[in-house]
Amino acid sequence: MTTVLPLIIVVPILAAVGAFVLPRWSFPVALVGSLATVGLAVALAIEATATGAVRHTIGGWRAPLGIDLVLDGLALVMVLLTALIGLAITLYGRGYFGRAAPETEKGRQAVYFWALWMFLWAALNALFLSGDVFNLYVTLELLGFSAVALTALADKPNVLKAAMRYLIVSLSGSLMYLTGVAFLYGGFGVLDIAQLSSLTRETPALAVAAALMTAGLAMKTALFPLHFWLPPAHANAAAPVSALLSALVVKGSFYILLRLWLEVLYPLAGTFVPQVISLLGVGAIVWGSLQAIRQTRLKLLIAYSTVAQLGYLFVLIPILALERDNTLVLGGVICFVLAHASAKAAAFLSAGNILQALNDDKLSKLDGLMRALPLTVTAFGLAGLSLVALPPSGGFVAKWLMLDVAISRGYWGLTVVIVGGGLLAAVYVMRVMGRLFKQAAQPEVLSALKPVPRVMEFSAFGLALLAIGLGFAGVYVLRLLEIGARAVAGGG
Amino acid sequence: MIGSAVLYALGGVALFGMGLYALLAYPNLLRKILGMNVMGTGAFTILIAAAYRGSDAAPDPVPHALVITGIVVSVCATGLALSLAVRIQAVTGAAYLTPDEEDAP
Repeated sequence: MTTVLPLIIVVPILAAVGAFVLPRWSFPVALVGSLATVGLAVALAIEATATGAVRHTIGGWRAPLGIDLVLDGLALVMVLLTALIGLAITLYGRGYFGRAAPETEKGRQAVYFWALWMFLWAALNALFLSGDVFNLYVTLELLGFSAVALTALADKPNVLKAAMRYLIVSLSGSLMYLTGVAFLYGGFGVLDIAQLSSLTRETPALAVAAALMTAGLAMKTALFPLHFWLPPAHANAAAPVSALLSALVVKGSFYILLRLWLEVLYPLAGTFVPQVISLLGVGAIVWGSLQAIRQTRLKLLIAYSTVAQLGYLFVLIPILALERDNTLVLGGVICFVLAHASAKAAAFLSAGNILQALNDDKLSKLDGLMRALPLTVTAFGLAGLSLVALPPSGGFVAKWLMLDVAISRGYWGLTVVIVGGGLLAAVYVMRVMGRLFKQAAQPEVLSALKPVPRVMEFSAFGLALLAIGLGFAGVYVLRLLEIGARAVAGGG
Repeated sequence: MIGSAVLYALGGVALFGMGLYALLAYPNLLRKILGMNVMGTGAFTILIAAAYRGSDAAPDPVPHALVITGIVVSVCATGLALSLAVRIQAVTGAAYLTPDEEDAP
């Protein structure tokens, strides 16, 4: 069977190697790699909508020793999301790093950025397409390494320390996950997710694996109260890196957690473990939002907003594990992933533009920027609209679906949290927007702004439009998710 | 009488716990990195124990393949962690994770 499935991992790896060995050509190589990867994602979408889920055995080596790639609806949606946001980040990166020669400090950072970003993209695609729990471990580590290295690009004390904390959390999370894999293999003798799916029962081995894997992945997804590492790492990184980390990297570990509870750990749906995850999600929404309201720096505010928004992803896990075949529940969670990814990427890129212009991101300095940077401020405003979940936006559709699930099953507490979280988000978004639209206190600050390359403004704005546009695409997302829903076991 | 596979697995669990303790308890970065390596060894030991199929049967090769891959990943992780620690020592003067100081964004 011929398929372009392996290429979507191979192409970004080649681009990464190319960008690294040809420092003078690192941007053109990365641009070609990005465009090719986007093209491949579209080709895969066409292939999967025509023929259903795709399963590819690399090199003809079958499981257990071979590596299987599986593209179902869920994986496809994530690959497409990464492609859309990835392209915007590549364009933004061009403006951000400019044409500095590789010998200069900025040029050195640019070469590493392009190479590591392409590695990160390859790791994300490999993660979404992995068909067995051990390869998920390997891709999880690849993702973590490139994310940590990207965080450490700027050679400043706080950035390096944030990257080190990130690495420590990331590695301990992965090792917990790996130990969980050992218990799964010891208990059931297979690693393939589709095979595990039909074998798992409520046994002590599954319970230990569930506890280890869930705790490790929750740590890597910065689920409250294990979120302490996220705000410094996401807020101190370079603007395009902040956007990548908040929009895509945390979704990688969440994706594994989601798949595990849907397909492997579901016999434990009735136990207290998913309930605890859900409660911690509620804690994240409340605590993250309150912290975001308290922040005095824009990028830290956006980072704490990520802590809060990640909470929403976890609150429906108990219902998902119980009703595995309900595309509507999964649809609510995935729409939220898409909406948050695009809105958060747009918010961090806008903040990057503001930081570039002002050389500062203290909230008290933001007065009156609407006049100076109308496109960037509009982008931030649209992203904020989606974070608050006002119609029409991707965030609104996602929360609408989630509320529908919560109300129809009589989870009134959850309903209050979902609505209340939106109100808290409105408070921190308005704190920023109020400043941006204010009459400037010191007009001379506005005239001393540094110019922001147009491509940076347009890529932030494009992502903000995506965050709003998703509000009209809910039906299509649900339709994509139905491709090969758990019917890929025997394919080949 | 517990079998040797169980003994190995328990040893792995103990190593994992000791590594995690070192990672959390010691402020020195080198000790943290060593702690992570001990944690990894614990995870590998549990995997190797899962390969045991009785005293007169050949062990299952799959966990061995996983451990080999895991060791490669662990070497990369250690390399990345050490190079970060070296940079932190060069920039801040000490290989510790001190609280952040106020600096320009």
